[in-house]
Formats: sequence, structure tokens, C-alpha cells
Amino acid sequence: MLELSLQIALLIVALASLLSFYRLFVGPDLPDRILALDTLYVNTIVLLVIGGILLQSALFFEAALLIAVMGFVGTVALSKYLLRGDIME
Amino acid sequence: MSQLRRVWLPHPWLSFTLWLVWLLLNNTINPGHMLLGAILAILLPILTQSFWPESVSLARPKVLAKFLGVVLWDILVANLLVARLILGKKDHLQPAFLSIPLELESPLAISILANTICLTPGTVSCDLSADQKTLLVHALDAKQPQATIDEIKHRYERPLKEIFESCSN
Amino acid sequence: MPFWFELLLSALVLLGAFLTLVGSIGLAKLPDFYMRLHGPTKATTLGGGAVLLGSILYFSQQSGEISLHELLITLFLFITAPVGAHLMAKAALHHKTRKIKRTLDYHGKQ
Repeated sequence: MLELSLQIALLIVALASLLSFYRLFVGPDLPDRILALDTLYVNTIVLLVIGGILLQSALFFEAALLIAVMGFVGTVALSKYLLRGDIME
Repeated sequence: MSQLRRVWLPHPWLSFTLWLVWLLLNNTINPGHMLLGAILAILLPILTQSFWPESVSLARPKVLAKFLGVVLWDILVANLLVARLILGKKDHLQPAFLSIPLELESPLAISILANTICLTPGTVSCDLSADQKTLLVHALDAKQPQATIDEIKHRYERPLKEIFESCSN
Repeated sequence: MPFWFELLLSALVLLGAFLTLVGSIGLAKLPDFYMRLHGPTKATTLGGGAVLLGSILYFSQQSGEISLHELLITLFLFITAPVGAHLMAKAALHHKTRKIKRTLDYHGKQ
């Protein structure tokens, strides 16, 4: 039963990623695209964690952690760029 | 003694957090990692001291614990509420920008308040005015704006004021 | 694995996936940027938290010892989501991103 619900969950999260992709392509403004990217990061983390349970492997943890960190840094850098026109000051 | 502590352990809470994060990262509690973590937890705050100009003191741990409990519970409840709002008809939503006058003064307390506002009810904090007196907040559905502001001030700002600024008044 | 445990895990993972979907639906459906911001910062973050809690329980049961390192991702998500949202909102305000007409501007009773 657990396996079935994990597969359903994978499907649901994949659908969520598709919706985020839709926003990433449609925009219409830059902040919308940053937000869509940020959502995609979190969706990917959830996908990886579910995949990790499904494949019974703890290896996915590191990947998920790295994506969490890099995603946050990316969001901050992009927002800063919009805010100041510059990332490093 | 306190002189010694200030030099070697300038930020005890930061050190403790670092130690905990190290143990979580390695997912172990074996003594070797505990020791290595402790060394890192002491060294890192000393090496990065110039980034942490002010020290944090936690007054009223009981109020803090209660505040954390309230926030966690609110995250749960408010998320289900937001989920319902999102799935419902979008034309019924009444978005609003609210200016909340702040009574808090310490920067740490203000940033914690902003973060809680983002996570809890249907609100996201957008901007802090330059004089740090008002916080601009966007609410997803605020049919009674004053009630939303009052709730935020009552539920989150008051305990934070008690925790971080109890000694100043 | 006892049946009730499997049931609990399934419920957590499905709830998490559903909340993630709700966040993305909000992102795709709501009319302006400031409203879209609410879906991903709240629903998606909590969804991630639920799935990670499920992962903690699963791996703890599987290996026989407590495995808490997923807690790190959960904490990180819960700390960074509001910071990211705040910065994005600030950038959008700076850019004067459009808001829909019926948005209220409320400045409190003076």
C-alpha cells in the first residue's frame, strides 16, 4: 500500500511541477518567474524525498539538502538583482 | 570568568545550534562527531565574530516556548485555510496591502515577526519602512483589514515584545 | 512494518503531495503576483514539511535507530521560505509589478 501511495504522490508532485513550469513560461513579469523557479526547487526537493523513500535509499538526502541551499541562494541573488541591479555590492 | 566566556564562547546559542546542526548533518551521536562538532561550534563563532555585533539574550523561555507552540499550530491551521482560499473561487478574494505600525524596536524581534507573518495567516510581509516603524504586509483575503492587523499585533507582536524587550521597560 | 504505520506514512506523504499541488495551483491560477506569493510560501512549504516528516519516520523505522537528518531540510525550508518571499515581494514592489484593481490599501486608523 505504501508503494502505491508513494507512486500516486510522485504523480501529484509531478503535476505540481508542471503547473510551476506553466508559470515560469507564461510570466508575465520577472518576479513571477523567480517565484516559479523557487516553487520548482521545493517541488524537486519533495520529489527527491519521495523518490528516496520509494527506492529505500538515503542518498537522496544530500541532493535534496543541496538543492534547498542552492535554491535559496539563487532566489536571494535574483531578487537582489531586481532590487539593486547588482548582486555583489 | 565572564571575561573568559566572552572571549571563548561569545555566542552560546549560536554555538549550540552549530553543534546540533553538525550532529544532524552527520546523522549520528557517536562521541567522535560530538567532539569534532564541539570544536567547530567553538571555533566558528570566534572566527566570524565581526558578523555578529550584538549578542542575543533570551529572556522568558516560558513565553518563548508558548510562542513557538502557538506559531507551529497556526502554521498548520492557517495553511489549511489558505489551501481552501486557493481552491475556492478567486473572485471572492479581497487582497489588501496593510500597514502595520510596529511597537518592536530590536531588529531581531522585527525580523522574527516578519518571518512569522509570512508563515502563518494569509499574509506575506513585503517591506519595512526605512525608520523601522511600519511593516507593509500583503494579505490574500482581508475583508476586515483592521481585524487582521489587530490579530497580528495581539497574537505575535506582544509575546515577541515580552521575550526580547522585557528588560527595557 | 505494522499496518497502522504504513497507513500513517501514506497519509503524511499524500497530504504533503496534495499541499504541494495546492501551492502550485495557487501559483498558476491567482491573478496577480502578490496573491501568487501566498501559495508557494505557505502550502508548498508545509507540504514539504509533511513529506520530510514521513521520510524521518520511514528511515527511523527501517534502520531501527532514529534518523533525524531530514529535520535539517525541514528547518531550512521553514526558515528560508519567508525570507525568500519577503525579498521577492520587496523586489516586486520596487519593480512596481502590477496588482489587480480591487487590492485594498489600508493604513490603519490614524
